[in-house]
Amino acid sequence: MTLITEAGAVEDRFTRADTIDAALAVDGPVLIPLAIADEFAKARAGTEFGVFLPGSTPIDDVKPQLGNVALVAIEFPAFADGRGFSLAKKIVREGFSGTLRASGPLIADEFADALACGFTEVELPETMANRQPVQQWMAAKDTMTEHYQTGYGRGPSILQKRLAARKGA
Amino acid sequence: MYRYDEFDERFVRERVAQFRGQVERRLDGSLSEDEFKPLRLKNGLYLQLHAYMLRIAVPYGTLNSAQLRMLAHIAETYDKGYGHFTTRQNLQFNWPKLKDVPTILELLADVEMHCIQTSGNCIRNVTSDQFAGVAKDEVEDPRPTAELIRQWSSLHPEFVWLPRKFKIAVTGAEHDRAAIMVHDIGLKLKRNDQGAVGYEVIVGGGLGRTPMIGKVVREFLPKDELLAYLEAVMRVYNSEGRRDNKFKARVKILVHETGEEEFRARVEEEYARLDGPTINAPEEEVERIAAYFAAPTYETLPEASQVLEQARAIDPEFDRFVEQNSFEHKQPGYIALTIALKEIGAVPGDMSGDQMRAFADIAETYSFDEFRVTHSQNLVLPHVKKDDLPAVHAALKAAGLASANAGLITDIIACPGLDYCALATAKSIPIAQAIAKTFADQERQKAIGELPIKISGCINACGHHHVGAIGILGLEKGGRENYQITVGGDATEHAALGERLGPGIDAEDVPAAIEAIVETYLAEKQGSESFMETVRRTGAEPFKTGFTAFIESRAVESEAAQS
Repeated sequence: MTLITEAGAVEDRFTRADTIDAALAVDGPVLIPLAIADEFAKARAGTEFGVFLPGSTPIDDVKPQLGNVALVAIEFPAFADGRGFSLAKKIVREGFSGTLRASGPLIADEFADALACGFTEVELPETMANRQPVQQWMAAKDTMTEHYQTGYGRGPSILQKRLAARKGA
Repeated sequence: MYRYDEFDERFVRERVAQFRGQVERRLDGSLSEDEFKPLRLKNGLYLQLHAYMLRIAVPYGTLNSAQLRMLAHIAETYDKGYGHFTTRQNLQFNWPKLKDVPTILELLADVEMHCIQTSGNCIRNVTSDQFAGVAKDEVEDPRPTAELIRQWSSLHPEFVWLPRKFKIAVTGAEHDRAAIMVHDIGLKLKRNDQGAVGYEVIVGGGLGRTPMIGKVVREFLPKDELLAYLEAVMRVYNSEGRRDNKFKARVKILVHETGEEEFRARVEEEYARLDGPTINAPEEEVERIAAYFAAPTYETLPEASQVLEQARAIDPEFDRFVEQNSFEHKQPGYIALTIALKEIGAVPGDMSGDQMRAFADIAETYSFDEFRVTHSQNLVLPHVKKDDLPAVHAALKAAGLASANAGLITDIIACPGLDYCALATAKSIPIAQAIAKTFADQERQKAIGELPIKISGCINACGHHHVGAIGILGLEKGGRENYQITVGGDATEHAALGERLGPGIDAEDVPAAIEAIVETYLAEKQGSESFMETVRRTGAEPFKTGFTAFIESRAVESEAAQS
């Protein structure tokens, strides 16, 4: 797996565990299925952990955990399945400020969209990372410097810039 | 019309560079064919039966002369000398080479045009009323709304990987010429009881293999809340629309399977959760866009024109053209003129480079440098002085563009069909040509009156056959092309889906079958009823009876021929 942030490739601090037993056996931050988050939090109160869940998960299923977790990993079954983008947007709206990971065979061309929807990193299967190395991701996120949609991405939208320019004039 | 500012300009230029990079990364293997396909589609590039096809966005169908001259240049330099106007008010080139596409995109950007989101599972080119800003029954010009949606939907970070394509149409008039009831989202500008302007929001209409009439999800949405409400609808669809079956992935299926009430509740719930004021366009921005669509500086003229009346009196051909192709303008002394790209025997919607150049000159000289593309594959000169009509007609005639059949039985909508399209199951252009030839006689056309025929060459319904007064659907049956015929379809505010008359028939029988349907209409017609008015009154039954009799007579003829 390759982990890419806006700044480039980084090491994954989290160890993935699919069952509660496996999760309890891990030293350090662990990434577990959403379904066992309650159980894990009780057994290991105060331990840093994250949850992974499919992009089809309703926001109300994730919401109770957002205050407990350091990382939410949304799984993309395919690069063309955009449900994860809407879920990311809903999670950010709930005030979540931890790490938001897009996990799956995304392509570099949707990196900017992922960042604009609130994702902070992308976890790629090795086969994808080999074909589209990190340099392509860094280049792709900057191909478009402007966006029209207010409320996406960090900088102001084109609509906001126009308004600011008029007020400044 | 709208002009790009520095932001729009940079956006389109960067998009061209981005696509050039994507082509290069496909060629060096970074992108697989499966990954590249949606990227090229989102830039309007299809792989068709014989070649690539490039679909150019004509936002809400509005163009100027410089843009049309550029399209003529591209047609002659990079294609076979012509372009094809589509039912989505767009223009397609059927023969570009992949290597030329980035250059074509650069040329388009030079005249403030692009191919962004003319295909793919994203929000497509927004369509509107071809008589926007002209029609007397307009609450407000729909084009500023359409332009705002064009900008908002361009590379929307959250909604570029939808379950399926998504089409939005806007009308500002009472009489619906934008087919808002059969779009994924239809918007109708209206006034509420207090006189405030807002939108009626319709979701879940569509044609294709499962045609449906849209449902009103909001009776009145205040105008300044548009983008936030659209975001709520799109988010519900993006999250919940089906992704297991491409044929059930449109929002109409989600609305249908969820139920109208529940769907509305989900949209309203999402709408309550999002922070509208941070999403909506600032009022100043809405006003900035609207200013581009202010009425041109008309001359103050009397309603009637003596020049026009005299010319009509002495030239019957001109008289017929004016009677058939003109549309009443809200400004006295002006009319809007429909140019039917439907010469008898021609390909519906095709225009040669020479015709484009000639028409660009006409639009520049006589219509404030502006024209429109209609969803019936015709063009409109929106603001022609009545005094200028004789000169305009002469110029159109010289360019082979003076067909006096707008709205008549020979003004046929047809998809490209099996002559071009990789999805088609049957030809549609030759069927349109054969019907047009059968009814070529102008007196006969006039006697039949308004009768829009729509032809699709497959179940995907690009020719909108479900909403044709007569709809023709070409299928493949046992290795032969087979055509199903419906009557009573309507894309206006009386939206209705056509009803099938009987079994499918062979291509060579289609023109005679249409004649049989027309005979039924003329026999049933009361007073000055149009075809659609008659069908609405009688229902499809008499047409079914007439059609059955036609099929039986064909069977007898064919037996006689074989014995």
